[in-house]
Amino acid sequence: MSETSIEWVPEAGFVVPQKQRVRRIRTAVTTEGPVLRASLIGIAITFLALFLLLPLIVVFYEAFNHGLGAYFSALTEPDTRAAIGLTLLVSAFVVPLNVVFGLAAAWAIAKFQFPGKSFLITLIDLPFSVSPVVAGLIYVLMFGSNGLLGEWLQAHDIKVIFAVPGVVLATIFVTFPFVAREIIPLMETQGTVEEEAALTLGASGFSTFLRITLPNIKWALLYGVLLCNARAMGEFGAVSVVSGHIRGLTDTMPLHIEILYNEYNITAAFSVASVLALLALVTLVAKTVLEGVWGEELAGGSRRH
Amino acid sequence: MQIRVVDIVKQFDPRAKGPVLDQINLNVVGGELLALLGPSGSGKTTLLRIIAGLDQPTGGKVFFGEEDASGLRVQERRVGFVFQNYALFKHLTLEENIAFGLTVRDRATRPPKAEIRRRALELLDLVQLSGLGKRYPAQLSGGQRQRVALARALAVEPRVLLLDEPFGALDAKVRRDLRLWLRELHDRTGHTTLFVTHDQDEALELADRVAVLSQGRIEQIGSPDEIYDHPATAFVHGFIGESSALRVNAREGRLFIGDRPLSIPLREERPGWGRLFIRPQDVVIGEKGLSETGRPPIEAEVLSLWRSGPTRRAELALAGEAGRIEIDAPVATPLTPGEKVPLHFKRGTFYLETPAA
Amino acid sequence: MSFRRPSILPGFGLTLGYTLVYLTAIVLLPVALLILRSSSLGLDGLWAIATEPRVLAALRISFGMSLAAAGINVVFGAIIAWVLARYEFPGRRLLDAVVDLPFALPTAVAGIALASLYAPSGWIGGPLSTLGWRIAYTPLGIGVALIFIGLPFIVRTVQPVIEELDADVEEASATLGATRAQTLLRVILPSLVPALLTGFALAFARGVGEYGSVIFLAGNLPYVSEIAPLLIVVKLEQFDYASATAIATLMLIVSFFILLVINLIQSWSRRRFGYV
Repeated sequence: MSETSIEWVPEAGFVVPQKQRVRRIRTAVTTEGPVLRASLIGIAITFLALFLLLPLIVVFYEAFNHGLGAYFSALTEPDTRAAIGLTLLVSAFVVPLNVVFGLAAAWAIAKFQFPGKSFLITLIDLPFSVSPVVAGLIYVLMFGSNGLLGEWLQAHDIKVIFAVPGVVLATIFVTFPFVAREIIPLMETQGTVEEEAALTLGASGFSTFLRITLPNIKWALLYGVLLCNARAMGEFGAVSVVSGHIRGLTDTMPLHIEILYNEYNITAAFSVASVLALLALVTLVAKTVLEGVWGEELAGGSRRH
Repeated sequence: MQIRVVDIVKQFDPRAKGPVLDQINLNVVGGELLALLGPSGSGKTTLLRIIAGLDQPTGGKVFFGEEDASGLRVQERRVGFVFQNYALFKHLTLEENIAFGLTVRDRATRPPKAEIRRRALELLDLVQLSGLGKRYPAQLSGGQRQRVALARALAVEPRVLLLDEPFGALDAKVRRDLRLWLRELHDRTGHTTLFVTHDQDEALELADRVAVLSQGRIEQIGSPDEIYDHPATAFVHGFIGESSALRVNAREGRLFIGDRPLSIPLREERPGWGRLFIRPQDVVIGEKGLSETGRPPIEAEVLSLWRSGPTRRAELALAGEAGRIEIDAPVATPLTPGEKVPLHFKRGTFYLETPAA
Repeated sequence: MSFRRPSILPGFGLTLGYTLVYLTAIVLLPVALLILRSSSLGLDGLWAIATEPRVLAALRISFGMSLAAAGINVVFGAIIAWVLARYEFPGRRLLDAVVDLPFALPTAVAGIALASLYAPSGWIGGPLSTLGWRIAYTPLGIGVALIFIGLPFIVRTVQPVIEELDADVEEASATLGATRAQTLLRVILPSLVPALLTGFALAFARGVGEYGSVIFLAGNLPYVSEIAPLLIVVKLEQFDYASATAIATLMLIVSFFILLVINLIQSWSRRRFGYV
């Protein structure tokens, strides 16, 4: 009793074929009565609206509450522009570094067998289970003036903590597993047959990777990049510990939101917040579209952030 | 208990061409073991599910004995249903799995705890899994799971036993053993049993009677001998056992391949084109130049030869549009591809396709 | 056993080497340093800091609120996962996408949005305050933020398990005479238990460490609504590195412990049921 159907769902103005997962036709025997069903749907919608949807709406409401003029002047204010610039700069460092790491780790883990593999995966997951504040703290202990390398850094006049390098490092730590997490399960299910075939046909190792492996994982990789980027731009706790909140210098967008909010500059705070919220929405839409096109494989890795 | 299926129609999708089940009538005698045999898509599983109450028919009725069961919900039908993949409850032990049907009864009809446990252990014995009651399904082999599924179905003292491809997920050896075991169990417990299979060996070996389904219709119901030796329709003949179908013409009370008459008797006199089904063992290679009718014999060209167990098989092409035929060709008979040999047909069954006006 | 199975694919040494170096530099060394620093405090020192009234209160609030929020999320997350996996209704895909919002929305944004909603003048806080209930700037505010943060962990852990459930198991239950309610409670719910526990543990672990979304809503009153991560920040600002390190180590130990519990749940479930 199963059917596969292909339905066409218009998405963001263009039409994307949605491969639906195989759904069973459920008969009266295996479903609930209409009353129970309606109340469960009601509970789900109410809970999601109250706890998830409403906060999203209020961000945009507060941002535009005082008109478009207030909104744009808040966004073009020099400190805000500096914060946006720093956030872009940080993610320009963090995302490529974590992509390279993710690809290397996925290649080693998914294409080869070696002892200690599952332990290595656990270690890669570690930053997910560490509080962002603790993540910031460990870099303070490492590079701060009282830290392990503090004296040496001071002697050479290098600033890490309360400076941009610290922000970048803390962000790398927090977003460390995202790309690897998305592509390892996919590469594992794809196995090594195609790569081996390419090698027997005379392709070099690197061109095998470029022409066989990469096309096979491109959507999962893209999704990993999107998640990594969203988190990198939005990270608050870890960055808050290492940045020192120097206006115009080490303030990222989330930190700037906090400052504006604490100064009761609510409209400005929500204006900056709305930009990040928009980024989150883009990420979610991209995820929905990618999952529609790419299906099940994406779902496996993305449960734990 | 007798099962009667009367005029059952099932149409899943009103836009589809034909219904999944088309006016099915079936009588399962009390105590009988009946097989529903057919290719996938023939509607056999749907029929079984309708009898169980898992699917609702578009029309028609189901009787258990004299009682009209059509209005009963699945919970009220008291059928023992064994699913293709067993559908055991993974979080319950074997004992709890078997006892499930008794423990979900309401207080008034639920046996006391000790009695439920006694019944579960008794059934574990019956399916030869004594001592494994505390295990979980994940710790069992496929064949063992199958037997637990059967014990669980028997625990509710079902009026009839319904099995959906009961051996479908097992490997060949286990499948044979379980088949014999199920037959013995049936003879001992005497439940009216209906099982669905796409495997003709299974159906012919195990069942008292076989109902052959195709495209939502019952093509034939009969004992395994009747089904094999006297197929009622061209479909049944083609589906059961091995045979080749030749395109032949009936006229003047005889069958002709081209202009050569055959000695196979016709059941009816109506003339027209049709298909003649011939099993490989019912053809012999005759001696050249001879014919029982005095005319030149029917000749065929040897296309290929291959070994098949103790004997050898040959594929031959008949002259004209009659088609190709596969026959037993004893190893002792010298044959080479390309050679033309005379054929003698000992037996065959003719099905008229287009009666001449 | 050789270190790796022979393979004709190149690049094993290079990629594994890079992975280990990067992992060590970014994660392992700094974490090891934290543990080293706190071990120099000694068990007595650690214990002394952990039992300071303010620290103890912060830990109690963090763990208590995380437990409560994860508990609420288990109930509603299971319902939401069920609804999304089983029912077709208009807006289902939108709802399904919304579940991931807490993963994607920066915590600071979530924090000020929740604060604005639940403040006495907010859309939700307003009506509640006329009933005499206050949520923002009380420990309840922490709970609200942690419900927001933790919900997707439950839904996304349970939903795939529901989708994988075999319909024939439910049908088997029905043919054995079980009502739909009995099937739900005695067949379906038990098979979701491992996923629910895993989701609970994940949401709990995330809740204990959460900072950004909580601090805007909590009021941050010492002994009342001050969470452990915030106390780390406070101690750092006072240059009290020892206390900050000690609290961080305690939280790290708890995180490891939860990870261990999750792994145990999953291996237990795999052994017993043959699936996770």
